Amino acid sequence: MEALIALVIGVLTACGVYLTLRARTFPVVLGLTFLSYAVNLFLFTMGRLTIGQPPVIRPGIEQYADPLPQALVLTAIVISFAMTAFVIMLSLKTRADLGNDHVDGKEDV
Amino acid sequence: MSHLIIAPVLLPLLAGILLLLLRPFAIELRRLLSLLAVLGQVILAIALLPIVHSGEILTYALGNWAPPFGIVLVADRLAVWMLLTTALLASFALLYAVRGSDTRGRHFHVLFQLQLFGLNGAFLTGDLFNLFVFFEVLLLASYGLLVHGGGRLRTRAGLHFVVINLAGSTLFLFAAGTFYGVLGTLNMADMAQKIALLPLEHQGPVKTAGLLLFAVFALKGALLPLHLWLPAAYANTSAAVAALFAIMTKVGAYSILRLETLLFGSSAGALAGMLNHWLLPLALLTLLVGMLGAIAASALRQQIAYLVVASVGSLLTAFALGNSEGIAAGLYYLPHATFAAGAFFLLADSIAQRRGEMDDRFEAGVQLTDGRLLGGLFFLVAVLIGGLPPLSGFVGKWLTLQASMTHPWMPWIMAVILFGSLLGIIALARAGSVLFYRAELVRPSARRAGALSLEVLPVIALLLLCSALVIRGAAVDDYTRATATQLLQPDVYIDAVLGSDHNRQTALSLNSTGDTQP
Repeated sequence: MEALIALVIGVLTACGVYLTLRARTFPVVLGLTFLSYAVNLFLFTMGRLTIGQPPVIRPGIEQYADPLPQALVLTAIVISFAMTAFVIMLSLKTRADLGNDHVDGKEDV
Repeated sequence: MSHLIIAPVLLPLLAGILLLLLRPFAIELRRLLSLLAVLGQVILAIALLPIVHSGEILTYALGNWAPPFGIVLVADRLAVWMLLTTALLASFALLYAVRGSDTRGRHFHVLFQLQLFGLNGAFLTGDLFNLFVFFEVLLLASYGLLVHGGGRLRTRAGLHFVVINLAGSTLFLFAAGTFYGVLGTLNMADMAQKIALLPLEHQGPVKTAGLLLFAVFALKGALLPLHLWLPAAYANTSAAVAALFAIMTKVGAYSILRLETLLFGSSAGALAGMLNHWLLPLALLTLLVGMLGAIAASALRQQIAYLVVASVGSLLTAFALGNSEGIAAGLYYLPHATFAAGAFFLLADSIAQRRGEMDDRFEAGVQLTDGRLLGGLFFLVAVLIGGLPPLSGFVGKWLTLQASMTHPWMPWIMAVILFGSLLGIIALARAGSVLFYRAELVRPSARRAGALSLEVLPVIALLLLCSALVIRGAAVDDYTRATATQLLQPDVYIDAVLGSDHNRQTALSLNSTGDTQP
């Protein structure tokens, strides 16, 4: 499972970086979304990968799922959600103000 | 446990929410409320100052959850120094905005207060993930403020600013996640003591995470080569916002200082001082590139933006020296650079408005109305930023040079700082002569000159604050030296946050059982 998760995070990050470096605003927004997916998954795995374990420490239980990364991921998801909404609105505004969707506002690319 | 520590965080948040609800009411009422809220933050910072100056580190456990398990706010000398600088700068930036530029878009005052909420929170928090959250709060507010008023160039600069900061936030999360994965904690005091006891096989990931975090803070602080976003963003936004943003780069510098002294400080074992190899050369290069940019700039606000980049370079050069004199010099330089840049942005707006369609471009043209007063103020600001005696820029530079005397890189530091100042003075002299002397045409100014006193009041007040740094120099120097000493003893900070040794032992053992899980 570790290899699969690592691969998924790596692919998501690579796609995110590639798309963020594109010249049009829409791929850039998509790239940032991919990056935030990758980092959310990464944060989640930092509590170690466990299946079906309780998240609260109790006597007699040796193995448990770490609840803190889950809380962190929740916060990160909410923030990246808001940021994505904002950057989409800003790209639309840029499209309206500059007349095209190039990130530098140049038409001939 | 005193509740005073959380007040600088709560006050702007509540004021921001209240301002949002009061939207149907007259703008005068909202302006008054906003000004009162900022004034309240100045008073709070001044109230905290004598308490922390006695050497006490105040901590506040939210919801009474004991650290390292709960979130904690920490007010030490450095945090309160930053709070005071922010509040003073914000009050004069706001005073400039309430003259009319706050009505050019919606929700200016709400965003302004939320920006202060994020700034104050970032300075006070003792938790790495909370630092991320407060960074996001201040950034989201700054996105709104940056594009406030609209306009083609402003929107484009806004898009670049938002995208690069979102990428930065992602890196921050990667770094925080790695730290948590290895250390099992995000409380900065707890992290510091864990890093000190780190086994060899875990040093690699922690070093990676530390350098990632450094890259993020370098991005926020506009350190070379991550400074490219700053000139466009600062030069195209409105004056009051640009003035407030003078503190934004200092948040990055503040975080780098925390990282350098607390997490990778002298007691960090094998990783102690690992940032210093990177920080000093990058800071010196930033200083040079900033000054070169200032010389090459084709408009006044662009020039000031490059001077802000250069001031980050000077500031981080002082921090990178690593000794207590260097950090003290940096902490003296920090409010000076912030106030001077803020005053300069406000003054540049006054000048640009009087030049009509020539705006702030360096072209010979209109004879300015009120040219003498504005020219005089320009001269004072130039002396401040150029670092000429007798004003605070000179003192800051002098302290930095004095602190570098024993450093192995001393010749380089001397050469770059002195040559950089020379470049800065040339750039400012050129700007001043183009704007004020090479003006032949006598035309009526683009705006009526009424209420001039109110317009230049914030600039004069910020300049007076800078001169107060010199007049009360001994007291300020005393405080910054005490702050530097405190920062170089991370154990004091750790003890204050985690309490007695007994608590620390339990925290360590509990966390180490957490680490052994598969």
